[in-house]
Amino acid sequence: MNKLCSSSKFLYTLKSSVAVAEKDARIYYLKPPVIIFGILFPVFFFLAFSLGRKIPPHNLIPSLVAMTLFFTSSSVGPLVTPWERTARTYERLLTTPVSIFSLLSGDTLAGLLFGMVISAVPLIIGPVFFHTSIHHPFVLLGGMLISSLCFSCLGVLLSSPATEAPSQVMMLSSLVRFPLIFISGIFIPLENLPFWGKLAAMISPLTYATDIIRYSLGGSGFYPVFLNIAAILAFSAGFFSFALRFHQKNLEKGI
Amino acid sequence: MNENLVIKVSNLTKFYRETIGVDHISFEVRGREIFGFLGPNGAGKTTTIRILTGILLPDEGEAKIMGIDIIKDPIAAKRIMGVVPEVCNVYVDLSAWENMILMGKLYGVRKDEREKKAEEILQKFGLWQRKDEKTRRFSKGMKQRLILAMSLIHNPEVLFLDEPTSGLDVQSSRMIREVLQELKLKGKTIFLTTHNIEEANLLCDRVAIINKGKIVAIDTPERLKGAFQKTQSVEVAFDRIPLNIKEIENIPHVNSCQRLGDKLRLYTPNPDRVIRKLTEYSEKNNLRFISLSILGPSLEDVFVKLTEEKETSL
Repeated sequence: MNKLCSSSKFLYTLKSSVAVAEKDARIYYLKPPVIIFGILFPVFFFLAFSLGRKIPPHNLIPSLVAMTLFFTSSSVGPLVTPWERTARTYERLLTTPVSIFSLLSGDTLAGLLFGMVISAVPLIIGPVFFHTSIHHPFVLLGGMLISSLCFSCLGVLLSSPATEAPSQVMMLSSLVRFPLIFISGIFIPLENLPFWGKLAAMISPLTYATDIIRYSLGGSGFYPVFLNIAAILAFSAGFFSFALRFHQKNLEKGI
Repeated sequence: MNENLVIKVSNLTKFYRETIGVDHISFEVRGREIFGFLGPNGAGKTTTIRILTGILLPDEGEAKIMGIDIIKDPIAAKRIMGVVPEVCNVYVDLSAWENMILMGKLYGVRKDEREKKAEEILQKFGLWQRKDEKTRRFSKGMKQRLILAMSLIHNPEVLFLDEPTSGLDVQSSRMIREVLQELKLKGKTIFLTTHNIEEANLLCDRVAIINKGKIVAIDTPERLKGAFQKTQSVEVAFDRIPLNIKEIENIPHVNSCQRLGDKLRLYTPNPDRVIRKLTEYSEKNNLRFISLSILGPSLEDVFVKLTEEKETSL
């Protein structure tokens, strides 16, 4: 009986998370901040660093995929909650029998799917225009999925401040995300970084995502695959549990 | 537990930093009842309804909805209630239909059932013809009707409404009131906060008046009015507005005088004496009566009296 109850609870949690993700996809994917910070920004950022420099395709494509995945997956989360607070729909969600866990899972799922779909574009650009090949497709798919999950969780964590101004949260998210670009082996491979750079790279989840994607596309990984996977999953769990904690605290304070 | 008891609130308290939002309030709402919660701005109405609907956690006390503790088991309690929050909106990027379906999904209503129910409710609320339109283009009244419609998709047993008709046009307000009365007839329990005293008077079986976080009265509107019988009033309109109202104010037994458009309302425990004096006054000043009536205390009078008394005693 208890087993049945917990399985039906799980199913209900899953269904409500999917409903929230579907709502997020319909409403927020085409909002200007998501387009600007999630799609245009990584493209221009990448062009600014790659044009005029002779970067080999096996370094260029993994960086482009990792950066796109990072920006797109983490761009939905920071927008949803502040936007809903401003639009006065957040309170409506809180009155439904959906837990904060389900709400945040739904937001995470929306970011994950957005990241995966948009990142498929640079992934296709590689073999079509630069004749790169995918050496480890399953590792690539798995790596991209968990990386997208991780960045989406980061986005949800960044939506935690109890503000009604989406612009404030977008600013905060830029403040957190931009420095990570420079320390994660995107533009300079990890092996070429100085010692302090390698140390700094360890605290960025983007490092492990870039490394696993680079390995999958035929480059050499700096860390073993299992370590990359473990690090990405640990970051995901950390980001999500902190987000959950902050959102629950906000609820307790009535904000 | 009394089976007829749908909402039971005991000793509910909420602090906001230094101030107190609600101060050890206790009350009960019976089944099939429309219960009005009245109070001036900042009295604690919204705090109370936010705690009862699981949006806010109290610092002390407990609240049970049909026997389910909203603090310990908010998900189970939320399943049996429909909520129309005060600060709330529909998703303006979604159509009316999509808003309804989203709510159905969040309440775990089965696909066939939620589609059938959504159609039925949208038709009832006069929104069916525009179901596929983005609600961005809806008027405030239409949005409010949709919010109420969304709160009914899962056929809740208890309905919480925070200022449901505030700022609405007459037709939408009337429609919402009619729906509430219909729901009551269907056996639903309704908890409603409102600023509109007349609305509470017409709709509610019982009302609670809250002021500065404390409940100052709970009873039926008529019994509350009966307790304040001494605050009767005489409403008079002359063919021209008297220049010297001071003279009218000084009529014996008149406690206070209020000007309401072209009328004067004189609060008095002795309407008979006041009418005699008004007749003398009209003859002396060559005024002709347009209307003259004795009014019992309104719920508004009771409300003002209770909240004023509380104010002075503090």
